[in-house]
Amino acid sequence: MIVPLRDAVSELVGDGDVVALEGFTHLIPSAAGHELVRQGRRDLTLIRMTPDVVYDQLIGMGCARRLVFSWGGNPGVGSLHRLRDAVENDWPQALELEEHSHAGMAAAYAAGAANLPFGVLRGYRGGDLPSRTRVGVVVCPFTGEALAAVPAHRPDVGIIHAQQADRRGNVQLWGIAGVQKETVLASRRSIVTVEEIVDELEPRPNGVVLPSWTISAVSVAPGGAHPSYAAGYYDRDNEFYVAWDPISRDRDTFAAWMKRHVLDTADVAEYRASLAAEATAA
Amino acid sequence: MSANGDRPYTADEMMAVEAARRLDDTTVCFVGIGLPSLAANLARRTHAPGCTLVYESGTIGAKPVRLPLSIGDGELAETADAVVSVPEMFAYWLQGGRIDVGFLGAAQIDRHGNLNSTVIGDYDHPAVRLPGGGGAPEIALGVDDVFVMLRQSPRTFVERLDFTTSLGDNVRVVVTDLGILEPRPTPDSGVELTLVAVHPGSSVEEARAATGWDLRVADEIRETVPPTDEELAALRALETKGRSS
Repeated sequence: MIVPLRDAVSELVGDGDVVALEGFTHLIPSAAGHELVRQGRRDLTLIRMTPDVVYDQLIGMGCARRLVFSWGGNPGVGSLHRLRDAVENDWPQALELEEHSHAGMAAAYAAGAANLPFGVLRGYRGGDLPSRTRVGVVVCPFTGEALAAVPAHRPDVGIIHAQQADRRGNVQLWGIAGVQKETVLASRRSIVTVEEIVDELEPRPNGVVLPSWTISAVSVAPGGAHPSYAAGYYDRDNEFYVAWDPISRDRDTFAAWMKRHVLDTADVAEYRASLAAEATAA
Repeated sequence: MSANGDRPYTADEMMAVEAARRLDDTTVCFVGIGLPSLAANLARRTHAPGCTLVYESGTIGAKPVRLPLSIGDGELAETADAVVSVPEMFAYWLQGGRIDVGFLGAAQIDRHGNLNSTVIGDYDHPAVRLPGGGGAPEIALGVDDVFVMLRQSPRTFVERLDFTTSLGDNVRVVVTDLGILEPRPTPDSGVELTLVAVHPGSSVEEARAATGWDLRVADEIRETVPPTDEELAALRALETKGRSS
């Protein structure tokens, strides 16, 4: 149940899998994303409402064949340059897009968690998106209203980061909870990385508890949400998001950065140490 | 922040002030990062302390002291009246009809207030892949009033969008760095964004030159009121705290 992240990823994520690493600005499972890069996963279909830096890294390292998303940018900074390079120039390989709105993605996760084939919402009306994505129409049997239907997300693997697990592998996260509960419950297998293991989970304001039997593996990864944050543990590394822009803009700079800080490090502790060493040298 | 002639405030500050003045004490508004967040927080700190700020990360009634850099900054959750999940935010609160005003930006706008935040060029082979619609498609149709904040240029105010991300049906005002556009009836029974005001120091000619279609101009053009000392002080307090974070 509580296993090293390396083992969780190698046992639970295969090439070609549909994988959702979720986190809505908070608790982004970056350490698990880095482990996918280290293990050289290929041909993944990546699902995420808001692909940001860790998805830019996965895409730039050639792990992804397809991206299902609703907003792909560097929040507060601008573009994701590796995502753009993949879409605009097929580098390092072509990336298929399945694009939705946030409301559609949220409904698709909720439907997956509820074991329904599709999510229903009043959305996707007009505009060019409906002709470019997987969306259908269902008619309300009671009122006749036409509503949008989006296919449920049913990832092979759902991956999230949380603040705490207890020794039996029950998990609690709190603060901005995003779509993480739905991601775990919609997925066939799931990995939760946590800041720490505690003896007892104390109830927290807005706490979301996932019992151990809904999760395939829990792995300890302190700092594993960097550059996002973990409420109660550390703040968002705003400077990193700004610094990512020039790093990711150039293919060689990006590759060198990934080699130094991800491929040549063994785990999240070495990744953090590697970033700290670079900051000290600068 | 750009220079703004000899005036003691920037174009961004003028835009934030004009947007803030349109919010009142009972408005519930859906806020994005950047100028909308600045405008909504300015309103809360001046004439509309009761204005409710909703960020799509799930924070309802957020009261940040510093301007957030992301829609999910910790301070938004810590100061919120309620924090809800993302599915709940879009289903119960936005689709549920609880939000009065939504702010949107974009890379392109047309004369009907339709917006493009998806691609420049062809969708399958774009010249520029933009971040995408995010919450915009449902915000555009799910709130009563859409406020657009956008710098005006012929590249942005276009005759024809490369991609229609969200519809302009509920756009009530477009605040630009040059003035204010609002939807007004046209002689052929249509509705079209029309220049109704210019900011101090800007002209109708400048606004027309910065628009990629033949911009309609209201018969009587107002000049907007420059930021007051109180508004500027509140703005700068927010901006300073944002930068030093």
